[in-house]
Amino acid sequence: MLDPLISHPKVGSAGKTGEWRVFKPIVDHELCVLCLECSEYCPENVIEVKDGKIWIDYDYCKGCLICKNVCKMKAIKAEREFY
Amino acid sequence: MQERLQDESYKSGKRVLLNGNQAVAEAVKIAKPDVIAAYPITPQTPVVEKLAEFVAKGELNSEFVNVESEYSALSVVYGAALTGARVFTATSSHGLAYMYEMCWWVAGSRVPLVMALPTRSIGAPWNIHSDHSDVMILKDVGWIISMAENAQECFDLTLIGFPISEELNIPYSVSYDAFMVSHTAEVVEVRDVELPKRKQAYKILPNSEFALNAVTVNDARHKARKTLMKDLENSRRKIEKIGRSFLGEDFSLAEKYRVEDADYVIVTYGGWSGDFKDVVDEMRDKGVKIGLLKLRFLRPLPEEELKEISGDVLVVDRSALYKFGGMGGEIKRIIPEAKNVIAALGGYEIGYSEIKALVRRFVSGKIGEVEWYP
Repeated sequence: MLDPLISHPKVGSAGKTGEWRVFKPIVDHELCVLCLECSEYCPENVIEVKDGKIWIDYDYCKGCLICKNVCKMKAIKAEREFY
Repeated sequence: MQERLQDESYKSGKRVLLNGNQAVAEAVKIAKPDVIAAYPITPQTPVVEKLAEFVAKGELNSEFVNVESEYSALSVVYGAALTGARVFTATSSHGLAYMYEMCWWVAGSRVPLVMALPTRSIGAPWNIHSDHSDVMILKDVGWIISMAENAQECFDLTLIGFPISEELNIPYSVSYDAFMVSHTAEVVEVRDVELPKRKQAYKILPNSEFALNAVTVNDARHKARKTLMKDLENSRRKIEKIGRSFLGEDFSLAEKYRVEDADYVIVTYGGWSGDFKDVVDEMRDKGVKIGLLKLRFLRPLPEEELKEISGDVLVVDRSALYKFGGMGGEIKRIIPEAKNVIAALGGYEIGYSEIKALVRRFVSGKIGEVEWYP
């Protein structure tokens, strides 16, 4: 009865949602001060720190650009991927 | 009447004067819901007024949530029910239409809850009186739908609604005609019973690690709906078992009234079943073999009882769904030659003499496949 209702979330359960992206956020590591504001606000939870740098999981980043908007250092640029 | 009133040993419990709305509230009090939320609408308002009074007086320990709309009322009790709380709400007519989306969420999520639905017409034009247009929009959502004939049935069908809903994990509604039942006082036996503790298929608690109703892919939605429809279709044995444990062995999904050897059977549901029974009695006295089948439940449909009746059949509806009345069309699927009458919408008064005239026309074979009355 409950099988269709209950799900256990896991990474990629809905496929590679990064394919939905139109704009790709690109981090300028020269400007980034690792304040992690972008990571706090990311609704997809795909921004983390790897090897001392901000790292975005582009497999699942849908390109909403909230990270770009909240970045106080203006260290994130948007690059159009699809036209 | 006076003698029966004084007969304390009549049944267990106390016998008091209550209208349909108050009878529902008394049954809810026995169920001790954890959360009640409702928005007032005529003719449902006195149900929740009475419950608010119980809470204010400390007779009922429920969280009473005042909300700004029916949509919120059902949303509040839905959320509370998901955590394992026993809940109750009530609405009518436009209120049901306003909470309609949530009716589907509750059923689809297999959440047990009880809702009172005194039936009222839906505008336009504005009308606060009784017909069954509102319950008909809930009929095919995936709820258990019971229909009370009088204040006693309002009490009984509300009381058993909690354990039935919780056993089947399907929401439950108790419907009864606006004013004629909701606001008419009758002697009601307030049964001295205790309900079992709430149970349900699953709960969402702070440590729960799952998602409910995530966007589904492939066949999940198809499966969920199929399971709900099949469970509802096959729910009658469980409903009867629970009903009989509280209300006695003669409880069933439909009441057979003098249908043995009947050449004519009238199928009714709701408040005016009592008037039709009086007409049946009078015509039986005159030698006409006539009986009545009263549907206590529209969902699940009492198909077994409908298949058993013999003779000419007339289904009397108080709502119109395109060509047929609310139940006439689907009862014709079981009894193809059944006649159907759509009568007295929007509180149009038909009393004993009009009902007798209608039944006479039926018995003399003058009613066509579908007719409006008047």
